[in-house]
Amino acid sequence: MTPPLVRPPRKNPILRTRLPNLPPGGRSRVALGLTAAAALGRFELQVCRDCGTVQYPPREACRACLSHRLDWRAQDGAGELVSATLLHHSNELFYRERMPWRLGLVKLDCGPLIVAHLHGDCAPAPARVRVSLNLDRAGLAALVALPEKDTPNMADDRQLREMTCDPKFRKVLITDAKTALGQALVEAVVAAGADLVWAGHAEAWKKPPGFERLSAIPQVSLLPLDLTDSRAVKQLAGEIGGRVDILINTADYHRNFGISGREGIETARAEMDINYFGLLRLAQEFAPAMRARGADGQSSAVAWVNILSVFALSNFPPHGTYSASKAAALSLAQCLRAELAPAGVRVINIFPGPLDDEWNQSLPPPKIAPTRLAADIVAALRGGGEDVFPGDIAQDWLARWRDNPKALERELAAMPHQ
Amino acid sequence: MSEPVLSKLIADLAGGRIRIVDLTQTLSPDFPQIVLPPEMGQAWPFRIEEASRYDARGPGWYWNNFSCSEHTGTHFDAPIHWISGRHLPENSTDTIAVQNFIAPACVLDCSREAAADADFLLTLDFLKKWERRHGRIAPASWILMRTDWSKRTDPVAYQNIDATGQHTPGPDSEAVKFLVQERQVLGFGSEAIGTDAGQGFHLKPPYPCHYYMHGAGRFGLQCLTNLDLLPPVGAVIIAAPLKIKEGSGSPLRVLALVPEPAAAAPRRAADRRAGRKRR
Repeated sequence: MTPPLVRPPRKNPILRTRLPNLPPGGRSRVALGLTAAAALGRFELQVCRDCGTVQYPPREACRACLSHRLDWRAQDGAGELVSATLLHHSNELFYRERMPWRLGLVKLDCGPLIVAHLHGDCAPAPARVRVSLNLDRAGLAALVALPEKDTPNMADDRQLREMTCDPKFRKVLITDAKTALGQALVEAVVAAGADLVWAGHAEAWKKPPGFERLSAIPQVSLLPLDLTDSRAVKQLAGEIGGRVDILINTADYHRNFGISGREGIETARAEMDINYFGLLRLAQEFAPAMRARGADGQSSAVAWVNILSVFALSNFPPHGTYSASKAAALSLAQCLRAELAPAGVRVINIFPGPLDDEWNQSLPPPKIAPTRLAADIVAALRGGGEDVFPGDIAQDWLARWRDNPKALERELAAMPHQ
Repeated sequence: MSEPVLSKLIADLAGGRIRIVDLTQTLSPDFPQIVLPPEMGQAWPFRIEEASRYDARGPGWYWNNFSCSEHTGTHFDAPIHWISGRHLPENSTDTIAVQNFIAPACVLDCSREAAADADFLLTLDFLKKWERRHGRIAPASWILMRTDWSKRTDPVAYQNIDATGQHTPGPDSEAVKFLVQERQVLGFGSEAIGTDAGQGFHLKPPYPCHYYMHGAGRFGLQCLTNLDLLPPVGAVIIAAPLKIKEGSGSPLRVLALVPEPAAAAPRRAADRRAGRKRR
């Protein structure tokens, strides 16, 4: 069984910080279908519409009947471990630096025989296993065979930790800890074993209910941070940027207006200043140090989390300018993802439906509770995906958007305004 | 004709017989802005973005772009700022007669009262007592309310906000009416974030200083500092807002000319503490 992770020793300052190397990249367009599923935390394989064969690896045509009519369909990943191998040599730099590495041959119940990264708690072959699709440090889909049932300290497995962004023993910056979500997230990340949580707060003279209690948590360090203040962001990055392993950008400015509901652009500009330019300021100042620390020992820089909105996919007219600012942030987050990719730092975008807060007061339920969203964010860090749609509304909108974005646009336009 | 007068002024400045005191807070992102309920339109805080700093963006020069509200930092309020002054002639920063920008000041020391009570209200009774000591307030004077509030360098203490709102000193209705109607003052200046008290919304009328001053075409100065370096009477204020078209106000540099007899040795020590140089 996996021993519990012990707090990593302090960094030896006379040794060169290891540079991030990545698992082998390069996938065909078809093979990126696996990555698309993994990004959403799903396990999907190609299924032939003509003969029903499930196949892996992905191909242009069915290996059984040569049909090109292949659909990506969800699979449960159950299978049998046929054999296990402990790899002691690889010419791939990423694996070379992490030897030995466990691999297993798994016969999936749905058909294919696959090679998977093998969790240390899997019983010796033959044994039942669950195969999941995780993004690896290169941001590409990788098959991971997990024990059939959860084991204690399972997340601490050395190989699995290379595929996740677990907050345990990591240092986390939460950019706005004043909101209900920010407060819940600070507590959730501490409960998940974070070593240190920097809790940012703007405009210290405004004290929201509940905020004071955060200062009593030993792992929490409150610090002033206003994402509209470029110099302050730069200053803070200079002070702590080299220690941030996980950055969670919770700063959000949300008003509920379309175009005609509010005269002038002041509100829309304030939304853009936090939701878009705030992210840009953070990214310019914090991303460079995180890029340099993508392989900095057991608790390396590992993830950047953006709290976007499901409104980023398609404009929700009653909150029209907010939707636009989140769409802008989504686009920028894709740029950030591309720029952090060489370091193996994962950009996780969270697309919640309406949060149960004062700015969604007049929206009917269901609305996602801040504590629930905080738990989903921590789960996303422990998981293998990068695009997370927490809650029923977000899942529903995602399904409708994937099915027919134009139909969703019309449906949202027809929703009654507040 | 006027040349000898100004020559004397320049000679007095150069000779140290007139001191210049800076009454201005530094424009900085750290300086707090006025707080309104979040659903309302907001005043921008001061923000600054670097355009270049002898680098690839501009190899030989350093400069910034900044943004702020007309009411950020040490700033001037024009009559058009308030609904009571909206229809007055020459009520905005671009049309106010420039003669108003240089004027004498009466400094009312409320520092003890403000230290004892953050919600201290300057009353008519207080004004009358002040006049008994320092003489009648001259027409077209600035009334500067010294509270030492500017010494609260921590923004939290400066804003002094709790669940019932802001708690900062200011004048009451009766005092403002007296200053406007009986003394024809030029305007009212304060060290706190508004000319009105933090709880001024609950006075009658709400925000009486804004209401009466601007309704009568008078002005406001807010977020002043160093008022403790001014004599009760005798200082001259130079406060010229930016010439913003239809501007409701403007950040500005506020200077006071202080005749040296008012500045005896102890004041020079205070001057050094505040980091200023004598000319």
